[in-house]
Amino acid sequence: MATATTREVTSRTSPAAPVFDVERIRQDFPVLHQQVHGKPLVYFDNAATSQKPLEVIDAERDFYLRDCANIHRGVHELAERATRKYESARDKVQRLLNAREAREIVFVRGTTEAINLVASGFGRRLLRPGDEVVITFMEHHSNIVPWQILRDENGVVLKVVPINDAGELIWEELEKLLGPRTRLVSLTHVSNVLGTINPVKRVTAAAHALNIPVLVDGAQAAPHLKVDVQDLDCDFYCFSSHKIFGPTGVGVLYGKASWLEALPPYQGGGDMIRSVSFEKTLYNVIPYKFEAGTPNIGATIGLGAAIDYVNRVGLEAIGRHEHDLLEYATEHLSQIPGLRIIGTAREKAAVVSFVLEGIHPHDIGTVVDQEGVAIRTGHHCAEPLTERFGVPATARASFAFYNTRGEVDRLVAAVEKTKALLG
Amino acid sequence: MADLSGLYQEVILDHNKRPRNFRVINEATAHADGYNPLCGDRVTLYLRMDGDKIGDVAFKGSGCAISTASASILTETLKGKTRTQAEELFERFHNLVTGEGAGDPATLGKLAVFSGVSEFPTRVKCATLVWHTLKSALAGDSEVEMSDDDSAEDQAAR
Repeated sequence: MATATTREVTSRTSPAAPVFDVERIRQDFPVLHQQVHGKPLVYFDNAATSQKPLEVIDAERDFYLRDCANIHRGVHELAERATRKYESARDKVQRLLNAREAREIVFVRGTTEAINLVASGFGRRLLRPGDEVVITFMEHHSNIVPWQILRDENGVVLKVVPINDAGELIWEELEKLLGPRTRLVSLTHVSNVLGTINPVKRVTAAAHALNIPVLVDGAQAAPHLKVDVQDLDCDFYCFSSHKIFGPTGVGVLYGKASWLEALPPYQGGGDMIRSVSFEKTLYNVIPYKFEAGTPNIGATIGLGAAIDYVNRVGLEAIGRHEHDLLEYATEHLSQIPGLRIIGTAREKAAVVSFVLEGIHPHDIGTVVDQEGVAIRTGHHCAEPLTERFGVPATARASFAFYNTRGEVDRLVAAVEKTKALLG
Repeated sequence: MADLSGLYQEVILDHNKRPRNFRVINEATAHADGYNPLCGDRVTLYLRMDGDKIGDVAFKGSGCAISTASASILTETLKGKTRTQAEELFERFHNLVTGEGAGDPATLGKLAVFSGVSEFPTRVKCATLVWHTLKSALAGDSEVEMSDDDSAEDQAAR
Protein backbone atom coordinates (compact mmCIF):
# COMPACT_ATOMS: atom_id res chain seq x y z
CA MET A 1 0.00 0.00 0.00
CA ALA A 2 1.59 3.25 -1.12
CA THR A 3 1.82 5.92 1.54
CA ALA A 4 0.77 9.50 1.05
CA THR A 5 4.37 10.51 1.77
CA THR A 6 5.36 9.70 -1.82
CA ARG A 7 6.22 12.94 -3.56
CA GLU A 8 5.02 12.96 -7.13
CA VAL A 9 5.70 16.62 -7.85
CA THR A 10 8.71 18.59 -6.72
CA SER A 11 8.02 21.77 -4.79
CA ARG A 12 8.61 24.88 -6.80
CA THR A 13 9.89 26.92 -3.87
CA SER A 14 12.25 25.88 -1.15
CA PRO A 15 10.45 24.41 1.84
CA ALA A 16 10.05 26.57 4.94
CA ALA A 17 11.74 25.48 8.14
CA PRO A 18 9.43 22.71 9.43
CA VAL A 19 7.15 23.65 12.32
CA PHE A 20 6.85 20.04 13.43
CA ASP A 21 7.54 16.62 11.94
CA VAL A 22 4.47 16.37 9.74
CA GLU A 23 5.46 12.96 8.36
CA ARG A 24 5.63 11.62 11.91
CA ILE A 25 2.20 13.11 12.64
CA ARG A 26 0.71 11.59 9.49
CA GLN A 27 1.63 8.16 10.86
CA ASP A 28 -1.00 8.77 13.54
CA PHE A 29 -3.74 9.00 10.89
CA PRO A 30 -4.38 5.60 9.28
CA VAL A 31 -7.01 6.94 6.88
CA LEU A 32 -4.48 9.13 5.09
CA HIS A 33 -2.51 6.15 3.84
CA GLN A 34 -4.72 4.87 1.06
CA GLN A 35 -5.09 5.08 -2.68
CA VAL A 36 -8.01 6.77 -4.37
CA HIS A 37 -8.49 5.98 -8.07
CA GLY A 38 -4.98 4.56 -8.06
CA LYS A 39 -3.32 7.64 -6.54
CA PRO A 40 -2.34 8.46 -2.95
CA LEU A 41 -5.18 10.25 -1.18
CA VAL A 42 -4.86 13.98 -0.66
CA TYR A 43 -7.51 14.98 1.88
CA PHE A 44 -8.31 18.69 1.51
CA ASP A 45 -11.88 18.67 2.84
CA ASN A 46 -11.11 19.34 6.51
CA ALA A 47 -13.69 22.10 6.76
CA ALA A 48 -16.33 19.45 6.09
CA THR A 49 -14.87 17.04 8.59
CA SER A 50 -11.43 16.29 9.97
CA GLN A 51 -9.55 13.02 10.19
CA LYS A 52 -9.02 11.32 13.55
CA PRO A 53 -5.73 10.15 15.03
CA LEU A 54 -5.58 6.55 16.11
CA GLU A 55 -5.63 7.44 19.80
CA VAL A 56 -9.01 9.16 19.38
CA ILE A 57 -10.41 6.11 17.60
CA ASP A 58 -8.92 3.94 20.35
CA ALA A 59 -10.37 6.10 23.13
CA GLU A 60 -13.88 5.74 21.76
CA ARG A 61 -13.36 2.06 21.08
CA ASP A 62 -11.90 1.49 24.56
CA PHE A 63 -15.04 2.89 26.10
CA TYR A 64 -17.08 0.18 24.43
CA LEU A 65 -14.44 -2.48 25.10
CA ARG A 66 -13.91 -1.84 28.80
CA ASP A 67 -15.94 0.98 30.36
CA CYS A 68 -19.32 0.76 28.72
CA ALA A 69 -22.00 1.89 31.13
CA ASN A 70 -24.47 4.72 31.41
CA ILE A 71 -23.28 7.83 33.18
CA HIS A 72 -24.40 9.87 36.19
CA ARG A 73 -26.79 7.34 37.60
CA GLY A 74 -25.05 4.09 38.45
CA VAL A 75 -23.26 3.07 41.62
CA HIS A 76 -21.29 0.27 40.03
CA GLU A 77 -17.65 0.31 38.97
CA LEU A 78 -18.17 0.67 35.21
CA ALA A 79 -20.67 3.48 35.65
CA GLU A 80 -18.17 5.25 37.87
CA ARG A 81 -15.38 4.89 35.27
CA ALA A 82 -17.63 6.00 32.40
CA THR A 83 -18.82 9.04 34.34
CA ARG A 84 -15.29 10.00 35.29
CA LYS A 85 -14.10 9.83 31.66
CA TYR A 86 -17.13 11.73 30.40
CA GLU A 87 -16.75 14.53 32.96
CA SER A 88 -13.01 14.58 32.38
CA ALA A 89 -13.78 15.44 28.76
CA ARG A 90 -15.86 18.35 30.01
CA ASP A 91 -12.89 19.60 32.03
CA LYS A 92 -10.67 19.31 28.96
CA VAL A 93 -13.11 21.43 26.95
CA GLN A 94 -13.23 23.98 29.75
CA ARG A 95 -9.44 24.28 29.68
CA LEU A 96 -9.35 24.37 25.87
CA LEU A 97 -11.69 27.34 25.84
CA ASN A 98 -10.38 28.82 29.10
CA ALA A 99 -13.91 28.94 30.47
CA ARG A 100 -14.21 30.03 34.08
CA GLU A 101 -16.11 26.96 35.18
CA ALA A 102 -16.78 23.46 33.86
CA ARG A 103 -20.52 23.98 34.41
CA GLU A 104 -20.43 26.51 31.57
CA ILE A 105 -19.69 23.68 29.12
CA VAL A 106 -22.78 21.96 27.67
CA PHE A 107 -22.38 18.88 25.52
CA VAL A 108 -24.72 18.86 22.52
CA ARG A 109 -24.77 17.03 19.18
CA GLY A 110 -22.79 19.65 17.31
CA THR A 111 -22.57 23.35 16.49
CA THR A 112 -25.93 23.23 14.74
CA GLU A 113 -27.67 21.93 17.84
CA ALA A 114 -25.83 24.46 20.01
CA ILE A 115 -27.14 27.37 17.96
CA ASN A 116 -30.63 25.90 17.84
CA LEU A 117 -30.57 25.50 21.62
CA VAL A 118 -29.78 29.18 22.13
CA ALA A 119 -32.24 30.33 19.46
CA SER A 120 -35.00 28.21 20.90
CA GLY A 121 -34.33 29.50 24.42
CA PHE A 122 -34.22 33.10 23.30
CA GLY A 123 -37.38 32.64 21.28
CA ARG A 124 -39.35 31.10 24.07
CA ARG A 125 -38.22 33.33 26.92
CA LEU A 126 -36.39 36.46 25.85
CA LEU A 127 -37.64 37.79 22.52
CA ARG A 128 -40.79 39.71 21.60
CA PRO A 129 -42.10 40.57 18.11
CA GLY A 130 -40.05 43.38 16.65
CA ASP A 131 -36.91 42.46 18.60
CA GLU A 132 -33.85 42.19 16.39
CA VAL A 133 -31.15 39.59 15.90
CA VAL A 134 -28.01 40.51 13.95
CA ILE A 135 -26.12 37.93 11.86
CA THR A 136 -23.71 38.36 8.94
CA PHE A 137 -23.66 37.66 5.22
CA MET A 138 -21.02 34.98 5.61
CA GLU A 139 -22.90 32.70 7.98
CA HIS A 140 -23.35 28.97 7.57
CA HIS A 141 -26.99 27.91 7.23
CA SER A 142 -26.86 26.64 10.82
CA ASN A 143 -26.44 30.25 11.94
CA ILE A 144 -29.12 31.57 9.60
CA VAL A 145 -32.05 29.17 9.63
CA PRO A 146 -32.63 28.97 13.42
CA TRP A 147 -33.05 32.76 13.45
CA GLN A 148 -35.32 32.64 10.41
CA ILE A 149 -37.49 30.21 12.32
CA LEU A 150 -37.69 32.79 15.12
CA ARG A 151 -38.58 35.40 12.53
CA ASP A 152 -41.39 33.26 11.15
CA GLU A 153 -42.71 32.08 14.51
CA ASN A 154 -41.96 34.96 16.87
CA GLY A 155 -41.93 38.03 14.64
CA VAL A 156 -38.23 38.63 15.30
CA VAL A 157 -36.50 40.91 12.81
CA LEU A 158 -33.32 39.59 11.23
CA LYS A 159 -30.55 42.03 10.31
CA VAL A 160 -27.55 40.98 8.22
CA VAL A 161 -24.14 42.66 8.30
CA PRO A 162 -22.82 43.06 4.73
CA ILE A 163 -19.32 42.07 3.65
CA ASN A 164 -16.89 43.64 1.21
CA ASP A 165 -15.48 41.98 -1.91
CA ALA A 166 -12.51 40.66 0.03
CA GLY A 167 -14.91 38.81 2.31
CA GLU A 168 -14.55 40.98 5.40
CA LEU A 169 -17.30 42.42 7.59
CA ILE A 170 -17.93 46.10 6.90
CA TRP A 171 -17.43 47.52 10.37
CA GLU A 172 -19.39 50.75 9.85
CA GLU A 173 -22.40 48.76 8.67
CA LEU A 174 -22.18 46.46 11.67
CA GLU A 175 -22.20 49.41 14.06
CA LYS A 176 -25.23 50.86 12.29
CA LEU A 177 -27.15 47.62 12.83
CA LEU A 178 -26.65 47.59 16.62
CA GLY A 179 -29.70 49.42 17.89
CA PRO A 180 -32.07 49.72 20.83
CA ARG A 181 -34.05 46.63 19.77
CA THR A 182 -31.06 44.41 19.10
CA ARG A 183 -31.24 41.43 21.45
CA LEU A 184 -28.41 39.25 20.14
CA VAL A 185 -25.51 39.27 17.72
CA SER A 186 -24.68 35.83 16.30
CA LEU A 187 -21.65 35.53 14.05
CA THR A 188 -19.06 33.07 12.86
CA HIS A 189 -15.50 33.21 14.12
CA VAL A 190 -14.06 31.76 10.89
CA SER A 191 -15.96 31.51 7.58
CA ASN A 192 -16.06 27.98 6.16
CA VAL A 193 -16.13 29.37 2.62
CA LEU A 194 -13.97 32.50 2.72
CA GLY A 195 -11.60 31.55 5.53
CA THR A 196 -12.12 35.03 6.96
CA ILE A 197 -11.26 35.34 10.65
CA ASN A 198 -13.73 37.82 12.15
CA PRO A 199 -12.74 40.31 14.86
CA VAL A 200 -15.07 38.65 17.36
CA LYS A 201 -13.44 40.27 20.41
CA ARG A 202 -14.02 43.71 18.93
CA VAL A 203 -17.58 42.82 17.90
CA THR A 204 -18.33 41.57 21.41
CA ALA A 205 -16.97 44.76 22.98
CA ALA A 206 -19.12 46.90 20.67
CA ALA A 207 -22.21 44.82 21.39
CA HIS A 208 -21.64 44.75 25.14
CA ALA A 209 -21.33 48.54 25.18
CA LEU A 210 -25.03 48.46 24.21
CA ASN A 211 -25.89 45.52 26.50
CA ILE A 212 -26.27 43.16 23.57
CA PRO A 213 -25.09 39.55 24.07
CA VAL A 214 -23.01 37.75 21.46
CA LEU A 215 -22.97 34.15 20.22
CA VAL A 216 -19.86 33.06 18.34
CA ASP A 217 -19.97 30.08 15.95
CA GLY A 218 -16.52 28.58 16.43
CA ALA A 219 -16.93 25.43 14.30
CA GLN A 220 -14.11 26.39 11.92
CA ALA A 221 -12.05 28.23 14.52
CA ALA A 222 -11.57 25.86 17.46
CA PRO A 223 -9.55 23.32 15.40
CA HIS A 224 -7.17 25.96 14.09
CA LEU A 225 -6.58 28.70 16.63
CA LYS A 226 -6.47 29.28 20.37
CA VAL A 227 -9.87 30.33 21.71
CA ASP A 228 -10.07 32.10 25.07
CA VAL A 229 -13.74 32.76 25.84
CA GLN A 230 -12.88 34.92 28.85
CA ASP A 231 -10.64 37.09 26.72
CA LEU A 232 -13.24 37.27 23.95
CA ASP A 233 -15.89 37.85 26.64
CA CYS A 234 -18.53 36.38 24.32
CA ASP A 235 -21.72 35.11 25.94
CA PHE A 236 -21.92 31.88 23.94
CA TYR A 237 -19.33 29.95 21.94
CA CYS A 238 -19.93 26.71 20.08
CA PHE A 239 -17.96 24.15 18.12
CA SER A 240 -18.17 20.56 16.86
CA SER A 241 -16.03 17.59 17.85
CA HIS A 242 -15.80 16.17 14.35
CA LYS A 243 -14.01 19.24 13.05
CA ILE A 244 -11.38 19.20 15.80
CA PHE A 245 -10.18 15.67 15.04
CA GLY A 246 -12.76 14.06 17.31
CA PRO A 247 -15.69 11.79 16.52
CA THR A 248 -18.97 12.92 14.99
CA GLY A 249 -22.06 13.17 17.14
CA VAL A 250 -20.93 15.56 19.86
CA GLY A 251 -20.32 19.27 20.12
CA VAL A 252 -20.00 22.00 22.68
CA LEU A 253 -22.01 25.02 23.71
CA TYR A 254 -20.12 27.30 26.07
CA GLY A 255 -22.37 29.80 27.81
CA LYS A 256 -21.67 32.22 30.62
CA ALA A 257 -23.26 30.72 33.74
CA SER A 258 -25.72 33.60 34.08
CA TRP A 259 -26.94 33.04 30.51
CA LEU A 260 -27.30 29.29 30.85
CA GLU A 261 -29.28 29.86 34.01
CA ALA A 262 -31.53 32.37 32.27
CA LEU A 263 -32.38 30.11 29.34
CA PRO A 264 -35.17 27.53 29.67
CA PRO A 265 -34.38 23.83 29.12
CA TYR A 266 -34.10 22.78 25.48
CA GLN A 267 -35.14 19.16 25.66
CA GLY A 268 -36.95 17.48 28.51
CA GLY A 269 -36.19 14.03 29.83
CA GLY A 270 -33.90 12.16 32.14
CA ASP A 271 -30.78 13.70 33.67
CA MET A 272 -31.92 17.28 33.15
CA ILE A 273 -34.19 17.04 36.16
CA ARG A 274 -33.64 17.01 39.91
CA SER A 275 -36.97 15.48 40.76
CA VAL A 276 -40.11 14.56 38.86
CA SER A 277 -43.70 14.29 39.95
CA PHE A 278 -46.81 14.89 37.93
CA GLU A 279 -47.50 17.97 39.98
CA LYS A 280 -44.09 19.58 39.79
CA THR A 281 -40.73 18.86 38.20
CA LEU A 282 -37.54 20.59 39.30
CA TYR A 283 -34.87 21.11 36.67
CA ASN A 284 -31.28 20.20 37.26
CA VAL A 285 -28.46 22.68 37.67
CA ILE A 286 -26.38 23.76 34.68
CA PRO A 287 -24.99 22.30 32.53
CA TYR A 288 -27.08 19.18 33.12
CA LYS A 289 -30.28 21.17 32.62
CA PHE A 290 -29.40 21.07 28.92
CA GLU A 291 -28.23 17.46 28.72
CA ALA A 292 -31.38 15.38 28.55
CA GLY A 293 -31.15 11.67 27.89
CA THR A 294 -28.15 9.46 27.38
CA PRO A 295 -25.50 11.37 25.46
CA ASN A 296 -22.99 10.08 22.93
CA ILE A 297 -20.69 8.96 25.74
CA GLY A 298 -18.11 7.21 23.55
CA ALA A 299 -17.80 10.16 21.18
CA THR A 300 -17.45 12.63 24.05
CA ILE A 301 -14.61 10.57 25.50
CA GLY A 302 -13.15 10.59 21.98
CA LEU A 303 -13.41 14.36 21.92
CA GLY A 304 -11.44 14.50 25.15
CA ALA A 305 -8.70 12.42 23.53
CA ALA A 306 -8.74 14.71 20.49
CA ILE A 307 -8.22 17.76 22.69
CA ASP A 308 -5.28 16.00 24.38
CA TYR A 309 -3.80 15.28 20.95
CA VAL A 310 -4.23 18.85 19.71
CA ASN A 311 -2.67 20.21 22.90
CA ARG A 312 0.34 17.92 22.40
CA VAL A 313 0.87 19.09 18.83
CA GLY A 314 0.18 22.64 19.99
CA LEU A 315 -2.35 25.05 18.54
CA GLU A 316 0.33 27.65 17.99
CA ALA A 317 2.42 25.26 15.92
CA ILE A 318 -0.73 24.13 14.11
CA GLY A 319 -1.50 27.74 13.26
CA ARG A 320 1.94 28.36 11.82
CA HIS A 321 1.98 25.17 9.76
CA GLU A 322 -1.48 25.87 8.33
CA HIS A 323 -0.63 29.49 7.61
CA ASP A 324 2.34 28.35 5.56
CA LEU A 325 0.09 25.98 3.60
CA LEU A 326 -2.42 28.78 3.04
CA GLU A 327 0.22 31.14 1.67
CA TYR A 328 1.79 28.42 -0.49
CA ALA A 329 -1.55 27.31 -1.90
CA THR A 330 -2.75 30.88 -2.49
CA GLU A 331 0.46 31.74 -4.31
CA HIS A 332 0.43 28.70 -6.59
CA LEU A 333 -3.29 28.58 -7.31
CA SER A 334 -3.27 32.31 -8.12
CA GLN A 335 -0.75 31.63 -10.86
CA ILE A 336 -3.26 29.53 -12.80
CA PRO A 337 -4.79 31.77 -15.51
CA GLY A 338 -8.53 32.17 -15.14
CA LEU A 339 -8.54 31.11 -11.49
CA ARG A 340 -10.14 33.51 -9.02
CA ILE A 341 -9.87 33.06 -5.27
CA ILE A 342 -13.06 33.84 -3.38
CA GLY A 343 -12.18 35.17 0.05
CA THR A 344 -9.12 37.38 0.28
CA ALA A 345 -9.47 38.82 3.77
CA ARG A 346 -6.36 40.11 5.46
CA GLU A 347 -6.87 37.63 8.29
CA LYS A 348 -7.63 34.16 7.03
CA ALA A 349 -7.67 30.58 8.21
CA ALA A 350 -6.36 27.84 5.94
CA VAL A 351 -9.33 27.67 3.56
CA VAL A 352 -9.07 28.45 -0.16
CA SER A 353 -12.27 28.75 -2.18
CA PHE A 354 -11.87 29.37 -5.87
CA VAL A 355 -13.58 29.39 -9.24
CA LEU A 356 -12.17 28.68 -12.68
CA GLU A 357 -13.38 30.74 -15.61
CA GLY A 358 -15.63 28.77 -17.91
CA ILE A 359 -15.48 25.61 -15.81
CA HIS A 360 -18.13 24.72 -13.27
CA PRO A 361 -16.87 23.78 -9.79
CA HIS A 362 -18.69 20.47 -9.98
CA ASP A 363 -16.57 19.50 -12.96
CA ILE A 364 -13.42 20.64 -11.14
CA GLY A 365 -14.35 18.40 -8.22
CA THR A 366 -14.84 15.33 -10.41
CA VAL A 367 -11.56 15.70 -12.31
CA VAL A 368 -9.61 16.51 -9.17
CA ASP A 369 -11.17 13.51 -7.40
CA GLN A 370 -9.91 11.25 -10.18
CA GLU A 371 -6.44 12.51 -9.29
CA GLY A 372 -6.95 11.34 -5.71
CA VAL A 373 -7.53 14.84 -4.34
CA ALA A 374 -10.58 15.43 -2.15
CA ILE A 375 -11.99 18.94 -2.25
CA ARG A 376 -15.53 20.15 -1.82
CA THR A 377 -17.65 21.91 -4.42
CA GLY A 378 -20.98 23.63 -4.10
CA HIS A 379 -22.26 26.41 -1.89
CA HIS A 380 -20.95 24.82 1.33
CA CYS A 381 -24.18 25.45 3.24
CA ALA A 382 -23.76 29.18 2.68
CA GLU A 383 -26.02 29.92 -0.26
CA PRO A 384 -26.43 33.67 0.41
CA LEU A 385 -22.66 33.97 0.41
CA THR A 386 -21.91 32.26 -2.90
CA GLU A 387 -24.73 34.26 -4.46
CA ARG A 388 -23.24 37.51 -3.15
CA PHE A 389 -20.03 36.70 -5.01
CA GLY A 390 -21.99 36.06 -8.19
CA VAL A 391 -20.99 32.41 -8.53
CA PRO A 392 -23.25 29.32 -8.58
CA ALA A 393 -20.74 27.44 -6.48
CA THR A 394 -17.08 27.34 -5.55
CA ALA A 395 -14.42 24.69 -5.23
CA ARG A 396 -12.91 24.67 -1.76
CA ALA A 397 -9.66 23.25 -0.40
CA SER A 398 -9.36 23.34 3.39
CA PHE A 399 -6.20 22.32 5.21
CA ALA A 400 -5.25 20.74 8.52
CA PHE A 401 -1.97 20.16 10.30
CA TYR A 402 -1.42 16.79 8.62
CA ASN A 403 -1.43 18.28 5.12
CA THR A 404 1.80 19.10 3.27
CA ARG A 405 3.12 21.40 0.57
CA GLY A 406 3.60 18.35 -1.62
CA GLU A 407 -0.11 17.72 -1.40
CA VAL A 408 -0.81 21.30 -2.45
CA ASP A 409 1.36 20.64 -5.52
CA ARG A 410 -0.91 17.67 -6.32
CA LEU A 411 -3.97 19.92 -6.11
CA VAL A 412 -2.42 22.54 -8.38
CA ALA A 413 -1.51 19.87 -10.93
CA ALA A 414 -5.03 18.46 -10.77
CA VAL A 415 -6.58 21.89 -11.34
CA GLU A 416 -4.29 22.41 -14.33
CA LYS A 417 -5.40 19.04 -15.67
CA THR A 418 -9.01 20.17 -15.28
CA LYS A 419 -8.27 23.26 -17.34
CA ALA A 420 -6.64 21.17 -20.05
CA LEU A 421 -9.59 18.82 -20.25
CA LEU A 422 -12.51 21.23 -19.95
CA GLY A 423 -11.13 24.69 -20.61
CA MET B 1 -11.69 2.09 -12.24
CA ALA B 2 -13.85 4.82 -13.74
CA ASP B 3 -12.27 6.71 -16.59
CA LEU B 4 -12.72 10.47 -17.01
CA SER B 5 -12.69 10.24 -20.79
CA GLY B 6 -15.76 8.00 -20.51
CA LEU B 7 -17.56 10.82 -18.71
CA TYR B 8 -16.19 13.80 -20.60
CA GLN B 9 -16.49 12.47 -24.13
CA GLU B 10 -15.75 14.75 -27.06
CA VAL B 11 -19.44 15.18 -27.89
CA ILE B 12 -20.22 16.22 -24.34
CA LEU B 13 -17.32 18.67 -24.19
CA ASP B 14 -18.44 20.14 -27.52
CA HIS B 15 -22.06 20.58 -26.41
CA ASN B 16 -20.86 22.18 -23.19
CA LYS B 17 -18.69 24.68 -25.03
CA ARG B 18 -21.24 25.34 -27.79
CA PRO B 19 -24.68 24.43 -26.49
CA ARG B 20 -27.34 24.09 -29.16
CA ASN B 21 -30.76 25.76 -28.80
CA PHE B 22 -29.46 27.94 -25.99
CA ARG B 23 -32.22 30.54 -26.22
CA VAL B 24 -35.60 31.60 -24.95
CA ILE B 25 -38.74 30.63 -26.88
CA ASN B 26 -40.99 33.66 -26.72
CA GLU B 27 -44.10 31.84 -27.95
CA ALA B 28 -43.52 28.92 -25.60
CA THR B 29 -46.61 26.89 -24.71
CA ALA B 30 -44.89 25.67 -21.57
CA HIS B 31 -41.74 26.25 -19.62
CA ALA B 32 -40.25 25.00 -16.38
CA ASP B 33 -37.33 25.84 -14.09
CA GLY B 34 -35.04 23.18 -12.77
CA TYR B 35 -32.57 23.62 -9.95
CA ASN B 36 -30.10 21.28 -8.29
CA PRO B 37 -29.30 22.81 -4.89
CA LEU B 38 -26.50 20.31 -4.28
CA CYS B 39 -24.25 21.78 -6.96
CA GLY B 40 -25.94 24.95 -8.19
CA ASP B 41 -27.02 23.76 -11.65
CA ARG B 42 -29.95 25.79 -12.97
CA VAL B 43 -31.90 25.29 -16.18
CA THR B 44 -35.05 26.77 -17.71
CA LEU B 45 -36.63 24.65 -20.40
CA TYR B 46 -38.94 26.17 -23.03
CA LEU B 47 -41.42 24.12 -25.08
CA ARG B 48 -43.60 24.97 -28.04
CA MET B 49 -45.97 22.11 -28.65
CA ASP B 50 -47.52 21.49 -32.09
CA GLY B 51 -50.46 19.41 -31.03
CA ASP B 52 -48.89 16.29 -29.61
CA LYS B 53 -45.48 16.97 -31.15
CA ILE B 54 -42.65 19.03 -29.71
CA GLY B 55 -42.42 21.82 -32.28
CA ASP B 56 -39.55 23.64 -30.64
CA VAL B 57 -37.52 23.09 -27.48
CA ALA B 58 -34.78 25.28 -26.07
CA PHE B 59 -33.10 26.09 -22.78
CA LYS B 60 -31.28 28.72 -20.78
CA GLY B 61 -29.36 28.39 -17.56
CA SER B 62 -25.98 27.81 -16.04
CA GLY B 63 -24.45 24.67 -14.77
CA CYS B 64 -21.73 22.10 -15.02
CA ALA B 65 -20.51 20.55 -18.25
CA ILE B 66 -22.71 17.47 -17.83
CA SER B 67 -25.94 19.36 -17.20
CA THR B 68 -25.27 21.82 -20.04
CA ALA B 69 -24.42 19.10 -22.55
CA SER B 70 -27.41 17.06 -21.43
CA ALA B 71 -29.74 19.99 -22.03
CA SER B 72 -28.21 20.74 -25.40
CA ILE B 73 -28.43 17.16 -26.65
CA LEU B 74 -31.95 16.83 -25.27
CA THR B 75 -33.14 19.75 -27.39
CA GLU B 76 -31.55 18.27 -30.51
CA THR B 77 -33.02 14.84 -29.83
CA LEU B 78 -36.56 15.83 -28.93
CA LYS B 79 -37.46 18.31 -31.65
CA GLY B 80 -40.26 16.71 -33.62
CA LYS B 81 -40.84 13.88 -31.16
CA THR B 82 -44.24 13.22 -29.64
CA ARG B 83 -45.00 13.62 -25.97
CA THR B 84 -45.07 9.83 -25.56
CA GLN B 85 -41.77 9.39 -27.35
CA ALA B 86 -40.20 12.04 -25.10
CA GLU B 87 -41.41 10.30 -21.97
CA GLU B 88 -40.13 6.96 -23.19
CA LEU B 89 -36.73 8.46 -23.95
CA PHE B 90 -36.66 9.91 -20.41
CA GLU B 91 -37.08 6.40 -18.95
CA ARG B 92 -34.35 5.00 -21.15
CA PHE B 93 -31.99 7.94 -20.49
CA HIS B 94 -32.53 7.58 -16.76
CA ASN B 95 -31.70 3.87 -16.94
CA LEU B 96 -28.66 4.63 -19.06
CA VAL B 97 -27.10 7.09 -16.63
CA THR B 98 -27.92 5.02 -13.55
CA GLY B 99 -26.38 1.95 -15.12
CA GLU B 100 -29.60 -0.01 -15.32
CA GLY B 101 -29.32 -0.69 -19.03
CA ALA B 102 -31.11 1.34 -21.67
CA GLY B 103 -31.96 -1.11 -24.37
CA ASP B 104 -30.54 -0.81 -27.85
CA PRO B 105 -27.98 2.05 -27.80
CA ALA B 106 -28.41 2.56 -31.54
CA THR B 107 -31.92 3.90 -31.02
CA LEU B 108 -30.73 6.37 -28.37
CA GLY B 109 -28.78 8.41 -30.87
CA LYS B 110 -26.53 11.02 -29.33
CA LEU B 111 -27.95 10.34 -25.87
CA ALA B 112 -25.77 7.24 -25.74
CA VAL B 113 -22.71 9.39 -25.03
CA PHE B 114 -23.97 9.76 -21.45
CA SER B 115 -23.40 6.07 -20.72
CA GLY B 116 -20.20 7.08 -18.88
CA VAL B 117 -22.21 8.94 -16.23
CA SER B 118 -23.16 5.62 -14.65
CA GLU B 119 -19.55 5.31 -13.44
CA PHE B 120 -19.87 8.65 -11.60
CA PRO B 121 -22.95 8.38 -9.38
CA THR B 122 -22.48 11.88 -7.97
CA ARG B 123 -23.07 13.29 -11.46
CA VAL B 124 -26.31 11.44 -12.28
CA LYS B 125 -28.46 14.35 -11.08
CA CYS B 126 -26.49 16.70 -13.33
CA ALA B 127 -27.41 14.63 -16.36
CA THR B 128 -31.05 14.13 -15.42
CA LEU B 129 -31.86 17.67 -14.22
CA VAL B 130 -33.00 18.92 -17.64
CA TRP B 131 -35.02 15.74 -18.23
CA HIS B 132 -36.86 16.16 -14.92
CA THR B 133 -37.45 19.76 -15.93
CA LEU B 134 -38.82 18.62 -19.29
CA LYS B 135 -41.20 16.23 -17.59
CA SER B 136 -42.37 19.10 -15.41
CA ALA B 137 -42.96 21.31 -18.41
CA LEU B 138 -44.90 18.59 -20.22
CA ALA B 139 -47.07 18.11 -17.14
CA GLY B 140 -47.73 21.83 -16.85
CA ASP B 141 -45.73 22.24 -13.64
CA SER B 142 -43.37 25.19 -13.63
CA GLU B 143 -40.73 24.13 -11.14
CA VAL B 144 -38.53 21.20 -10.33
CA GLU B 145 -35.97 20.92 -7.60
CA MET B 146 -33.69 17.96 -7.20
CA SER B 147 -33.77 16.37 -3.76
CA ASP B 148 -31.71 13.77 -1.97
CA ASP B 149 -34.08 10.95 -2.81
CA ASP B 150 -35.24 10.10 -6.29
CA SER B 151 -38.76 11.28 -5.69
CA ALA B 152 -38.09 14.38 -7.80
CA GLU B 153 -39.19 12.18 -10.66
CA ASP B 154 -42.44 11.36 -8.91
CA GLN B 155 -43.00 15.04 -8.11
CA ALA B 156 -42.55 15.97 -11.74
CA ALA B 157 -45.09 13.35 -12.76
CA ARG B 158 -47.82 14.93 -10.66
